[in-house]
Amino acid sequence: MSKRVTLFAGHYGSGKTNIAVNYAIKLSEEGKKVTIADLDIVNPYFRTKDSEDELRQAGIKVLSSEFASSNVDLPALPQDIYSIIDDKTTFAVMDIGGDDRGAYALGRYAPSILEENDYELFMVINKFRPLTSDVESTVEVMREIEQACSMKFTAIVNNSNLGEETTEEDVLGSMQYADAVAKATGLPLKITSVKENLLKNLDGKIDNLLPLRLQKKIN
Amino acid sequence: MSEKVLMKGNEAIAEAAIRAGCMHYFGYPITPQTEVAAYMSKRMPKIGGTFLQAESEIAAINMVIGVSSTGKRVMTSSSSPGVSLKSEGISYLAGCDLPALVVNVQRGGPGLGGIQPSQSDYYQSTKGGGHGDYHNIVLAPASVQEMASLTVKGFDLADKYRMVAMILADGTMGQMMEPVSLDVEKTEPVEKPWALTGTKCEREHNIVNSLFLKPEELEIENFKRYEKYKYIEENETMYEEYLMDDAEVCVVAFGITARVAKNAVNEARAKGVKVGMIRPITLWPFPKKPLMAAAEKVNSFICVEMNMGQMIDDVRLAIECKKPVELCNRVGGMIPTPEEVLAKIESAAKNGGAQ
Repeated sequence: MSKRVTLFAGHYGSGKTNIAVNYAIKLSEEGKKVTIADLDIVNPYFRTKDSEDELRQAGIKVLSSEFASSNVDLPALPQDIYSIIDDKTTFAVMDIGGDDRGAYALGRYAPSILEENDYELFMVINKFRPLTSDVESTVEVMREIEQACSMKFTAIVNNSNLGEETTEEDVLGSMQYADAVAKATGLPLKITSVKENLLKNLDGKIDNLLPLRLQKKIN
Repeated sequence: MSEKVLMKGNEAIAEAAIRAGCMHYFGYPITPQTEVAAYMSKRMPKIGGTFLQAESEIAAINMVIGVSSTGKRVMTSSSSPGVSLKSEGISYLAGCDLPALVVNVQRGGPGLGGIQPSQSDYYQSTKGGGHGDYHNIVLAPASVQEMASLTVKGFDLADKYRMVAMILADGTMGQMMEPVSLDVEKTEPVEKPWALTGTKCEREHNIVNSLFLKPEELEIENFKRYEKYKYIEENETMYEEYLMDDAEVCVVAFGITARVAKNAVNEARAKGVKVGMIRPITLWPFPKKPLMAAAEKVNSFICVEMNMGQMIDDVRLAIECKKPVELCNRVGGMIPTPEEVLAKIESAAKNGGAQ
C-alpha cells in the first residue's frame, strides 16, 4: 500500500528526479490522483519540469519553480507546494534536491508531513557514484541529509547504474551493496530501479523492480 | 584496474585533478561549474589538500599565482563571467611563466547571459582574454572521459611548458553524466628548479615576476615565449579525424557540438553523402595542418559552433581561404540539433562548394 506522501532524497546525481517521475507515473497508472512537486534548490538542470508534458499527459499535476530549466539559477520554490501538504485527496511525490544542501528545502515542510504521518522517505543510492561507492560513505550522506531535513529515512531505493552502459550484471552486482546499506541502517530495500530494457532479464532475479521508462537525456 | 564510475563532467575534472597530484584548489561558485568546487570541498579535506572558497574570482586566481610560484600543482575553475574576472591573473601567470590549470565551463553571454551551455568564449580562451602577448594551451573535451583525461594532460602540459592550460568545456559537458574510468590516466611530473621553495642558503634565490624595468629585457622575454609557443604548435596539437578519407564536405566542431555533428555526419553517410569531421582537441595550438590537408581534398567546410562564428576564423586562416567555410550555429544557451547540422551538410554537398 502506497503512502500518501512519497519523498525521494539522496546523493547528488543519484537519480532522484528520474525515479520520482517514473514513480509518479506508476501511481497514476494504478488509478491514483497524483501530484509531483520539484523541491530541488540545488541543481538548475535535469528537473521534473523537463518531463512536464509526459507527466501532464498521464494526468499528473506538476508543481515546479518557473525558473527550473531556464536561463537563471534561482533556488526558488513555488508557493503552491503547500497544496500537496494540505490536499489529502492527492498522492504526493516529492523530488528533493541532492545531498544535505538540497534537503534543507524539505525541512520547511517536514513538520506537516511528520504530523500527518503517512509518508515514505526514500534514500536513493547508486554504488557507481564515486562519493557513495561504499556502505560507509553512503550512510554518511544519509545522516547528513536526515539532519538537514529533520526527517528520518524509511526505506532505500537501489538505483545503481552506469547510465547508458548499465548491464544486467552491474545491477545484480550492486545488490550486495544495497543489501549492506539496508542492513547497516535497519531500513528495508523497497525498490530497485532499472532501465526498461534491462527489466525482462532481471525479472524474477530481483524483487520490487521499478522500470524507468521515462528518461531524459542529452543527444 | 579501470573500473568505471558514473560522474558528471565537472566531478570528473575535480577527481582527475586530484589524481594528477593537484592538492590545491581555489574557486568561487558559479553555475554551471559549481560541482567542481563542491567536489573539491568534500575531497580535499579528506586527503590533506586545500579547498578554499575565495571572496571572488580575482582573489582565487591570485591564490593560484601564489601556489604555482612554489612549484605545486594548482587549479581554479569558473564559468564565463568568472573567467573574465580571472583574465588579469591569467595574464600575470603568462608573464611570470607559471603553470596552472584553469577550467572554464562556458555559459551563455555576453554579460550575465544565462546558465545554459555556450561556446562563445572561444576568442577569449584562444586569443588572449587578458592583456599582453601570450597564449594558453586550450583543451576542448567532448566526453566525461575526456574531461578527466584532458585535465591530467593539462597539468602535464602546463608544467612542461610553464604556462596556463585551460579546459574549455561548456554547461552540457559539465552537467552531463557518463561512465568514466579514472585509473587509466598517467601523469608526468617534472622538476621545477625555478620554484620558490626557500634557498636554505644553498643556492641563488629564484624570482617569479612579470615586471621588467628595461624594455630590451621585456622584449627578449616576449621573443623567448613565442619561440616556445612555436615549438608547442609543432609538437602538441591534438585533433580527431572522422571519416575524412573520401570526404567531400568537412565538418569542423569541438566539444559538445562535435558530438552533435558526429551524429549528423553518421546520418548523412547513411544517406550516401561523403562527409567527414575534424574535431580540434587543442583549440590552441589549432590543428592547422590537417585542415590544410583537408582543404586540398574537400569542396567545402562547415563550422558547427555555439557562438556567432569564432572558430570559423581560425579554420579560414588554417586553410588560407582555399575553400568556402559555412557556419552552422546556435547561441544563447541553445544547442544545434543533429537535424540542423544534417540539413547544412546536405545543402553543402549539393552545392559542391562552388559558391
